[in-house]
Amino acid sequence: MNGIHDMGGMHGMGPVEPEKNEPVFHATWEGRVFALNVAMGFWRKWNIDASRHGIERIPPAEYLRMSYYEKWFTRLLTLLLESGLIAPAELASGRPAPGTAKLDPPLTASRVAETLGKGGPTSRDVPSVPRFCAGQPVRARNLHPTGHTRLPRYVRGKRGVIDRDHGVFVFPDTNAHFLGEKPQHVYSVRFAARELWGESASARDSVYVDLWDDYLEPA
Amino acid sequence: MSGPAHHHDHDHGQEVPSDFALRVKALESLLVEKGLVDPAALDALIDTYEHKVGPRNGARVVARAWVDAGYKQRLLANATAAIAELGYAGRQGEHMVVVENTPTVHNLVVCTLCSCYPWTVLGLPPVWYKSAPYRSRAVIDPRGVLREFGLHLPEDVEVRVWDSTAELRYLVLPERPAGTEHMTEEQLASLVTRDAMVGVAKVGAPA
Repeated sequence: MNGIHDMGGMHGMGPVEPEKNEPVFHATWEGRVFALNVAMGFWRKWNIDASRHGIERIPPAEYLRMSYYEKWFTRLLTLLLESGLIAPAELASGRPAPGTAKLDPPLTASRVAETLGKGGPTSRDVPSVPRFCAGQPVRARNLHPTGHTRLPRYVRGKRGVIDRDHGVFVFPDTNAHFLGEKPQHVYSVRFAARELWGESASARDSVYVDLWDDYLEPA
Repeated sequence: MSGPAHHHDHDHGQEVPSDFALRVKALESLLVEKGLVDPAALDALIDTYEHKVGPRNGARVVARAWVDAGYKQRLLANATAAIAELGYAGRQGEHMVVVENTPTVHNLVVCTLCSCYPWTVLGLPPVWYKSAPYRSRAVIDPRGVLREFGLHLPEDVEVRVWDSTAELRYLVLPERPAGTEHMTEEQLASLVTRDAMVGVAKVGAPA
């Protein structure tokens, strides 16, 4: 979707403001929101792409107003309600619906270290013929899907060169909507800064963007 | 950016509506009561990223690459495996790529679409990395962003920006500063900053 989250190349957002000696979390609730998002993911009712799409669907004005972990909280509510893990009436009352059996959480404290250490690889060991190879000129397709995509607007229609093939990965555009993993090659594509931003950009500089086979066409 | 009821800067968590912490607490209570989360697991997750996983991990990777040419070669060829040699692996570090700064090439990492960041070696990202100013400008004006961080790159240095649009996570291997030939690996690691491994700074010479 052409959402506010797709920020590459926008103007007017102001200066970058690093904070000295920044804490990992600025308030206790931020840590709880972070941990709730991670822990609830282990029910496997959604995936990382659906989770990102949950944030992208926050209306633009709200997206800009909210702090980072407010967005995570809002996304978690969306996913919990859409997946049916909680019901709207439960959210409103703060109590489980009468007669609900208590479940066993999939992530317990003793399993946290091992589980984080394993991670959740999104590469797939399935045969997939790469459509492109290193050194090949390509063009990012001019696609504007209304659902989730990882093809940023600023490269659409632009010419680049395949820098390297990263291998086969789950395709976010289908996976986010529970339409299958559709594994395919992901490439690092080098775009000259001048191809993206015109003659005012440095002739030496470039932006490398990781793009799936379905986002590319020969140039 | 803020309405009268919500007086806080966007993407900063310092000043939050006072009822927000209560809403989070209420949701956690509901999820615990339903048996959907283990509160002790939440404590362990928070403790992991507050105290165990952070940029010290990445600094050890960089220092090792500076002192061990074979390791550096493995790191640039297969970063995920080389980083795992030091014991760092897992969530948001499953597919790592290391890019090397040289006197003629400077690398900068961003995620324009969200906040992708190599957790296993750098921990959770700082607010500025997740902010609209950094995400919007790093790709169109990397040299301007670097100047704001105090890094003035000569025109003849090539800038490569890496936008983390897929599941590859990027770590910059900074240049080893001059005057560090006598230093041990551990001393070298203490020089390496998070900002240098994102590419918004260089590693400074020892004081």
